[in-house]
Amino acid sequence: MLTKDTAQLALLSAKLRSRIIETSSTTGTPHLGSCLSCVDILTALYFGVLRIDASNPRAPERDRCILSKGHGAMGLFHVLAERGFYPLSDLNDYGKDGGVFAEHPPTPEHLAGIEAATGSLGHGLPLGLGMAMASHIQDRPYNVYVVLGDGECNEGSVWEAAMLAAAQKISNLCVIIDFNKWQATGRSREVMALDPLADKWRAFGWNAIEVDGHNFAELLSALSKFPHENGQPTAIVAHTVKGKGVSFMEDDNNWHYRIPTTEEVVKSKFELGVAP
Amino acid sequence: MRNAFAEEMTRVAATDKRVVVLSGDIGNKLFDKLKAVDDKRFYNCGIAEANMMGVAAGMAMSGLRPFVYTITPFTTTRCFEQIRVDVCYHHAPVVIVGTGSGLSYSELGPTHHSLEDMAILRTLPGMRVVAPCDAAELRQALHETLKDDSPTYIRIGKKGEADIHPSKPELRLGKVLIIRPGSDIALLCAGNMMAETLKAADLLAANGVSAEVVSFHTVKPLDVDYLQEATKRFKLIATVEEHSRIGGFGSAVAEWRMSHHHKIDQISFGTDDVFMHEVGSQAYARNKFGLTAEKMAETTLATYRGYIR
Repeated sequence: MLTKDTAQLALLSAKLRSRIIETSSTTGTPHLGSCLSCVDILTALYFGVLRIDASNPRAPERDRCILSKGHGAMGLFHVLAERGFYPLSDLNDYGKDGGVFAEHPPTPEHLAGIEAATGSLGHGLPLGLGMAMASHIQDRPYNVYVVLGDGECNEGSVWEAAMLAAAQKISNLCVIIDFNKWQATGRSREVMALDPLADKWRAFGWNAIEVDGHNFAELLSALSKFPHENGQPTAIVAHTVKGKGVSFMEDDNNWHYRIPTTEEVVKSKFELGVAP
Repeated sequence: MRNAFAEEMTRVAATDKRVVVLSGDIGNKLFDKLKAVDDKRFYNCGIAEANMMGVAAGMAMSGLRPFVYTITPFTTTRCFEQIRVDVCYHHAPVVIVGTGSGLSYSELGPTHHSLEDMAILRTLPGMRVVAPCDAAELRQALHETLKDDSPTYIRIGKKGEADIHPSKPELRLGKVLIIRPGSDIALLCAGNMMAETLKAADLLAANGVSAEVVSFHTVKPLDVDYLQEATKRFKLIATVEEHSRIGGFGSAVAEWRMSHHHKIDQISFGTDDVFMHEVGSQAYARNKFGLTAEKMAETTLATYRGYIR
């Protein structure tokens, strides 16, 4: 199931982008720009790295992945469907009353493949750290991956977790920051003093690697360097573009909340090279 | 109570491999014996309670049974959102222990008082709220929390609280323990006010009023069977807690009376809706808020006599 074939991963992420845009349009779900900036990261993880089994989603020794920037849920839901946790047709209920697919991931009890309910920012890393520490305590050799937003790095709890992870030498914990340079209302490096982001993680005792977050070769190469033999946790600062993949959405923060029209969906699919 | 906590946790950890204690940079020496059990069973998570609570939830979601321990305001109000989202939303079996609850750390000022903790934690779906009256109840409660998968909050005092139970009580969470039977009124106590409550019962007895004294060690879920029964035997009950009268144990009982249309009157003893700006010992603070045996007996007697007149 896992592949290191970057061309195959790129085809897959184009297909996922197309589905995400369509879901946003038909269900009126926002945060499209945020989903499109992290879909390559999720694709690299779920189809290139994670040791998980969709037929046994709670296996004790599975790798864990938490989408801490929970507003990227629409992307995660499509990735999990493609990865076989549930049929794609389940997403026809997206946003409907009584369903589980909403703007943020539900709890693991309510949807296979989810490791933690997120949506309130700054929760995923402490949760992931607890899971990674549990692997040491229970001698279970799994890895924990946490995808953070750059805006999310405003939250103090992220840095509390960073300090404890380094102090405890939790080497099986990997953070990937979807550094799309935007948060809800402005440039993430202007709202808070975010730069230099990779150096911040290094200063907190982490191995830090900077990559192009839309380049599968770079993503897979960085992920292959984890866990690092020096015993420290790893942070991958993935430089991304909000709305990546569609010319009229790229780096335009209006797509944090805007919903694409039917016409825009068609245009997007054309640009992505996906059949309408 | 906190020494009993450390001692009992050492026992619990020795027999239950799932148990891990997380501390917010307090009680380091207190846990030396626990650390000796296994170096993977105790973690000082630093002065970072929001993260500590999330870490605990992550551990609990991975099959462990973390006990989070620090001074009450820091393990409750400080990280309430982490308790709500990480622990309760995931129904993760985390046990949160707050030490120095109520006015135990009176001299340290309002930053260290905790008079709102039961009120806020009680609102969280699935959260159990426990306030043991002495070390014996606390020890039992720690074992009981491991019998199911519910998150639990336990508020405890500091050290030197009087032993109420002469022997190990048969404590079951959600079921009261009757400390002293009585026939005229009932004094229901949640937590560390029990010694004072028993003294109040003595004073009432000296005035010819027989008071039943009950340990409501579990504030949520409330023992409604006992309360239901009490409505048949008493016209008046008094709730006692070292906690704000807003939202705590007294409020829980009042909510129950309201929703069941029970014709039983209630006096609610607790702290006023103020921060204490002056310095004062626990005894001073209790006196200020009317939480002494004398004042509680006086108020109760006056109310009770109003009925029989």
